[in-house]
Amino acid sequence: MSEAAAHPAVHQHTAPTGFIRKYVFSVDHKIIGLQYYGLALVAVFVGMVLSWLMRIHLGWATFAIPGLHLLSSTGAPGNVMTPEYYLSLMTMHGTIMVFFVLTNAPFSGFGNYFLPIQVGAPDMAFPRMNMMSFWVTLVAFLVLMASFFVSDGPTIAGWTVYAPLSAVGKDAGPGLAMGQNLWAVAIAIFCVGQLLGSLNFIATTLDLRTKGMSLLRLPFSTWAWFITSVIGLLAFAVLLPACVLLILDRTAGTSFFIPGGLVVSDHLQPHTGGSPLLWQHLFWFFGHPEVYIAILPAIGIVSHILPAFMRKPLLGPRVIVGCMVAIGFLSYMVWGHHMFVSGMNPFSALLFSVPTLIITIPATIATLLWIGSVYGAKLRFTSASLFCLGFISVFISGGISGFFLAQPSIDTYLHATYFVVAHFHFVMAVAAIFAIFAGTYFWMPKMIGRMMNETLGQIHFWITFVGVYCIFMPMHYLGLAGNVRRYAAFTDDFLVPLIPVHQFITIAALVTGAAQFIFLFNLIWTRFRGPKAPDNPWNATSLEWSTTSPPPFDNFGGRQLVVHHEAYEYGVAGSAGDYVMQTSPEVVKPQ
Amino acid sequence: MDVSELDATIHAGHAGMEESPYGIPSGKLAMWCFVLSDAVTFSAVLFAYGYLRIGSPDWSTPFTFVPSVLNGLVMTFVLLTSGLTMLAAVEAAKAGRTAAGTRWLWATCALGALFAGMHLMEWRHMIEEGWRLFQNPLGGSVEFGAAFFCITGLHLLHVLGGVCALAVIALGFHRQRYNSIDVEVLGIYWHFVDLVWMFVFPLVYLMNAR
Amino acid sequence: MGKAFAVVLVIITIISTAIFIFHGQLLWLPEDISAHGHGIDHQLMETMAGSGFLFVLSQILLGIFVWQSSDRAEGWKFKTFPGGARPMVVSAIVVVGLEILALSFVGSKVWAGIYLTPPEPDSMHIDVQAGQFAFYFRYAGPDGKFGGLHPDKIDEANGNFFGLDPANDEAARDDVVVATMAIPVNRPIFLTMHSKDVIHSFYVRELRLQQDIVPGLLIPLHFTATKTGKFEIVCTQLCGLGHYEMKAYLEVMPQDKFDDWMKQQEANQ
Repeated sequence: MSEAAAHPAVHQHTAPTGFIRKYVFSVDHKIIGLQYYGLALVAVFVGMVLSWLMRIHLGWATFAIPGLHLLSSTGAPGNVMTPEYYLSLMTMHGTIMVFFVLTNAPFSGFGNYFLPIQVGAPDMAFPRMNMMSFWVTLVAFLVLMASFFVSDGPTIAGWTVYAPLSAVGKDAGPGLAMGQNLWAVAIAIFCVGQLLGSLNFIATTLDLRTKGMSLLRLPFSTWAWFITSVIGLLAFAVLLPACVLLILDRTAGTSFFIPGGLVVSDHLQPHTGGSPLLWQHLFWFFGHPEVYIAILPAIGIVSHILPAFMRKPLLGPRVIVGCMVAIGFLSYMVWGHHMFVSGMNPFSALLFSVPTLIITIPATIATLLWIGSVYGAKLRFTSASLFCLGFISVFISGGISGFFLAQPSIDTYLHATYFVVAHFHFVMAVAAIFAIFAGTYFWMPKMIGRMMNETLGQIHFWITFVGVYCIFMPMHYLGLAGNVRRYAAFTDDFLVPLIPVHQFITIAALVTGAAQFIFLFNLIWTRFRGPKAPDNPWNATSLEWSTTSPPPFDNFGGRQLVVHHEAYEYGVAGSAGDYVMQTSPEVVKPQ
Repeated sequence: MDVSELDATIHAGHAGMEESPYGIPSGKLAMWCFVLSDAVTFSAVLFAYGYLRIGSPDWSTPFTFVPSVLNGLVMTFVLLTSGLTMLAAVEAAKAGRTAAGTRWLWATCALGALFAGMHLMEWRHMIEEGWRLFQNPLGGSVEFGAAFFCITGLHLLHVLGGVCALAVIALGFHRQRYNSIDVEVLGIYWHFVDLVWMFVFPLVYLMNAR
Repeated sequence: MGKAFAVVLVIITIISTAIFIFHGQLLWLPEDISAHGHGIDHQLMETMAGSGFLFVLSQILLGIFVWQSSDRAEGWKFKTFPGGARPMVVSAIVVVGLEILALSFVGSKVWAGIYLTPPEPDSMHIDVQAGQFAFYFRYAGPDGKFGGLHPDKIDEANGNFFGLDPANDEAARDDVVVATMAIPVNRPIFLTMHSKDVIHSFYVRELRLQQDIVPGLLIPLHFTATKTGKFEIVCTQLCGLGHYEMKAYLEVMPQDKFDDWMKQQEANQ
């Protein structure tokens, strides 16, 4: 069958002209994806610097960090961080990372860029709404960042902003005035942006697949983005009213989350009748699916990239998709595991513990399928594949600590210690970020048409891989020793002997953080000096490799692609080469 | 850049595309997804109401049949009728009867505006009696006012949004800028707003009847 | 490159596991001084053994397969894991499923023993108040009755932390309010905990107990300490700028020393 007949031409239309239409207010999903990615890049560096400031303070609490008073003269008089400013930085670190990095980059960033291409569509289903979703997200980020510049600083209540600390206002402490209001407004706006994005992802995946792209032929990354957008549709729908109710408690005199009779800073609060646990239920009903929103795209991306560098398909591809669906479904049943000792009925703890432990099963299946797929493979080691293999390792490490915390009897001891910090950093800050790195090294040639520097990428990998273990593995030991989290400093007899461990972690964090500048430099170098990328530098099979690097405005240059194959036909017996692209008209006879 | 050209390409290429599993245009699918999400939002607020109500030993039930419950019944009737007129609008639009469709859309818009007006009058009455987000003139739990105004307020916002959308679509449909699918999409939203009221009315009004 | 990855992975696994095993005093739980704590410690050790084994196995298997799959010859035809996906699915469901069943069964009994059983009838009742940024403890005094609490009467400057009204409330007059929780060893203790402002938490590592103290709720907790000594009670729920310093001491004493202590506190009130 000739190429022309295989891909009948469709109506060709004109690309936008002018800088603003092309790169700023663009409806092109590729530009929007890059905008989200760029926002995530800015956010991750802000979040990382915040983590350095926190870590330096934890290791050396009286150290005067040069220039810190410029960021906040009240927060760091004489460049020495106050305890409340530590909490502000900690809150912003968590908020920025969870929302603007881990929800943005792997989902909104790569998803926006590649979902339409991977299904064979010329754009998302609703391009204008897509553009709006990015700008809404950017506004949310700016509102959040504004809290750095108000007189009392950002909120000190942690990214979980538990009530009544977050609800009673400035009586409860610095940062709990305008800073907390800005947080709630920013996150409410963020919810709207995510909702708009989810609508697009769902409609595009279901409705805009090109001929031959059945649901079962979708790449893992598309499946992951689709499932994530369904989760997000329902999860952010709860966070939005929760933030609004919090704003009402703070500004309109309501008492949704504030009970009666509170005396805060010698002031008897006028509120009565509310429940702090109500906030926790609403927040965690969103918060737990949120962390799966962070990890599922990572799982999809790693599953998508590995086959190209193993030159074989993954074991049990349908099972992997099933695991992603199962994880998404179960994610709504486990929110109470954040609340085992919260004061809710202790019997509920047992009820929540069961599905929490059960989620281990699909996660384990997926992990074993990855490991089993490496068996008998022909591995090619690039920055992308190294981060994928590293992902498997850190996902195991992070998942195992979750197994401890899922049991209420153990959580009695480990709750609110550094063991929890170790767990969520391994699965989110390490595993999900590794997937973002892998995705970048894999897809950057397609996105900007230039190859990234492999040497720099591999140096980046090695320092980061060893570095993250040095940072986060010791936190497990600290947790077991009873090191409480969210402490601005360690001043008492019990915790002072653990400070040298913190100092070790801080040094590891600074070194690993410095290595990220290699990545940043690589991105910049690639943009200006990278060698031109061919259409298919990795000899990969999915639809994004069937077009130019970067793709034209309508993704396929006016062609309507026809899909003939599954997504990961590598090393196919009876085929001419060692891979068969999804769009290839080659008919492979089974042997 | 010509977005309408892009739209045409995205949606015109059906011959070369896979069947959608739901077989409906993307706009309708997106509205269904939005409705699902919005239902979860209302559920969250209703959950908060239920949680606080169960936890409040001094919950007030201030709604006497006259005027409150009766008013609520009339409002319910108005909204249900607007659902019927919306159905008629969609039928007319699908049958290509533009003038009739436009009239039914305007009727729906008017009924929605009537509902909103009655609602605001009821709010004014309650505020005059001393009800606030943080105040209960009967001396019971202040959560009543917070729950009442927030739940009905959220619903009212949706009604007002729908009334505006109905006006825009009615005007545009008349000028043939919008087609029957756009009317159907709005219909899904409007019926959802109606459905939410069928939960709000019993849970907020009837359960708090004296 | 692949071999380097495998080696580094195995080294990381060995070092991490070694520290878990050869933890020493510093990087491990402090001694358990509670009647119920052995259940938690047992649960923890079981989980550590089971998941530690899986951790080492999976990381090393990954390392081995990466090692083997590097530097393949040109034209190498890939091999599928024997049995394909099925052994993975089955072993995950069976092994993890069995572990979950076993741990849940035993763990729920441990949990219920702490949080779902009523206190012993002869427990000594201590009332705990958490506030920004200190814990205060109240004993019923010789009359054995606690006075009522009135938030509007709270006056920290004059030491009325609980908001007692001794002028009008007879039961409140002999309540003993202190900043250190002293208890006799081997005596069941029953705590009722409340917060004056925001959510705090009561955490004593050696007692293997942690419980959030939520404003608006009266939170019960009971335990028996089996060893004497002085232990930290720390707040673990972020409560504001002083959170990191919010602590009190639990002093477990022999019964006679406790009686002396109590007499002294009653005299001081």
